[in-house]
Amino acid sequence: MKFKRKYLSIPYVLFMVLFVVVPILFIVYYAFTNKGGQFSFTNFVKFFSDSTNVNVLLISFVYAILNTIICLLIGYPIAMILANKKYNKSYVVVLLFIMPMWINFIIRTSATRDVLNWIGLSTGANSGITTMIGLVYNYLPFVILPLYSTMLKMDKSQIEASHDLGANSFQTFFKVIIPMTMPGIVSAATMVFMPTLSSYVISDILSEYNVVLFGSYIDLYFNQSDWNFGSFMALIMLMLIGISVFLTRKFSKDETGGRTSLW
Amino acid sequence: MVKNEKLKVVLARVVLFFVLFLMYLPILVLIVFSFTKSTELGTWTGFSLQLYKDLFENKSLMRAIGNTLLIALVSALVSTILGTLGAVGTFYTKKRAKKSIETMTQLPVVNAEIVMALSLAVLFKAVNASYTFLTLLVGHVVLTVAFVYLNVKPRLVKMDSSIYEAALDLGATPRVALFKIILPEILPGIFSGFLISITLSLDDFVITQYLKEPSFETISTYIQKIVVKHPIPAEVRALTTLLFLVVLGMVIAITIYNNKKANKQLSAMNAKMRGVIK
Repeated sequence: MKFKRKYLSIPYVLFMVLFVVVPILFIVYYAFTNKGGQFSFTNFVKFFSDSTNVNVLLISFVYAILNTIICLLIGYPIAMILANKKYNKSYVVVLLFIMPMWINFIIRTSATRDVLNWIGLSTGANSGITTMIGLVYNYLPFVILPLYSTMLKMDKSQIEASHDLGANSFQTFFKVIIPMTMPGIVSAATMVFMPTLSSYVISDILSEYNVVLFGSYIDLYFNQSDWNFGSFMALIMLMLIGISVFLTRKFSKDETGGRTSLW
Repeated sequence: MVKNEKLKVVLARVVLFFVLFLMYLPILVLIVFSFTKSTELGTWTGFSLQLYKDLFENKSLMRAIGNTLLIALVSALVSTILGTLGAVGTFYTKKRAKKSIETMTQLPVVNAEIVMALSLAVLFKAVNASYTFLTLLVGHVVLTVAFVYLNVKPRLVKMDSSIYEAALDLGATPRVALFKIILPEILPGIFSGFLISITLSLDDFVITQYLKEPSFETISTYIQKIVVKHPIPAEVRALTTLLFLVVLGMVIAITIYNNKKANKQLSAMNAKMRGVIK
C-alpha cells in the first residue's frame, strides 16, 4: 500500500468514533428504552410528569443565568481595564487573573467553602448565596479571557470617532463598545452558562447538597443505577448544549470559543 | 485634566487588585495557615512546618499525587500523538470527510463533562468492561485530544505547502518530508496542545470519578471524598502552597518566554529596518 498523508488520521478517527460518537448513540438508545431493553417513552413521561425534575432544571437555569450575568458584570470592566494600555501594560496581570484556573478545582472550591464558613457565612444556612459565590469564583477567569482578547482586537478609532461626533461616554459605551465586543460577550456567556447548568461538584460542596443543579441530578440517578432515566436526562443536557452551540455560531465566528487561546 | 487622568489610572489599578485579592483569598488563607500546626482553619498556634511533614507522611495522599501525575502525563502523551496525527491526516483529506471529522472534533469541546463521563460509562457497561487504568486513560484522552487537534490545525493552515512539494522534488520520501518539513513547522502547536492536555487532565474530577478503578485515587477524587463531610484536611493546605508555587513558576516562565520572543521579534525587525536603510 502506498503511503498517503491522509492515512495518518485513521487512528484519530477510529478513536473518536468509538469513544465519542458511539457512546452518545448508547445514551440515545438507553434514553428511549426501558429496563427490559424494549423501546419506550417511559423516561420521557417520567421526566415531564414529575414536577421535581422540571423544577431542578428550572432552578439550574436560574443559577446559570444569574452566574452568567454576575460574571459578565464583574469580568467586563476588568477585561476593559486589562486591555487598555493606559491602565495596564503587562501581560503578567492578565495571567494572574487566569492562574486560579490552574490550581486544583476541588481544592479551590472547598477552600472557598471553608473560608466562607470561617468568616461566618455558613454554607448550610445560606446555601443559595454560597453556591452563587462558588460559581462566580470558578467561572470568572473563563469570562475575562475571551472578553480580553476581543477587546485587544477592538478598533479604537471608532471609539474616538464616536466621541468626535459628539456622543458622551455612556452613548459610546452602549452604542459602540458593547456592539464591537459582542462576539467576546457571546463566547464568554457560553463558557459560563452551559457548564453551570451541568456542574455538579460546586453546588454539592458549597451548599451541602441543599442546592441541586442539573449535573448533580443526573449523577444522582446514575449512582442509583437508573441508567435509562439518567441517560434520558443526559440526552436533555446534550440537546440544550446543541441549541446553545447553534445560537453561539449565529452570533460569533470564533470557532474555538476562546478556550484554546490560553497559550 | 491631567489630575483626572491620574486618578482614573489609580482607580483602575485599585479595582484590578481588589478583584484579584478576592479571587485569591481562599487560596491565600490556606497558604497562610499551612505554616502553623493547628488543624483548625483560622487558629494560629505559632509558626511550624508540621503540616508539610504530615503531607509527605500521608501515604495515600502521596499516592494520589503520583497517580494524578501519571494519568496526566500518559494521557497527554497519547492525546498529543493521536491528535497530531489526526490533524495532519485530516488536513490532507477531501472536503467532505474533512468536514465530518471537524464536526466530530467539536463534540468533546462543547459537550458537558458529565455527559461525556456518563456516555463512556454506559459504553463500558454495555461491553461489560471493568474499570481499570485503561478506561480512565480513554476518558482523559477523550477529554483532551480535541484540544491537541485544534492547536495543531492552525499551524498546518499557515504552513507554506510548497516546501513539502519541494522536498519531494528534491528526492525526499514522503515519510522523511513529513518528519523533516511538516513536523518542525507544527511543533509549537503540538507543544501547546500537550500543555493544555496536561492542565485539563490534572484538574479533572468528573471523568476521573466515573471511569477510574475504585481503589485508584487522584488528588481531586481523594480530596473530594473527604470534603463532602469534613473541612479540607490540614496537610492539604501544605499541598496547596506547593501547587501555588508550581503554578506561579509556570506564570513566570511563560512571561520570560513571551518577553524573549518579543525581544527576538524586535531585533529581527531592527535588522530588517537596517537592511532597508542600507
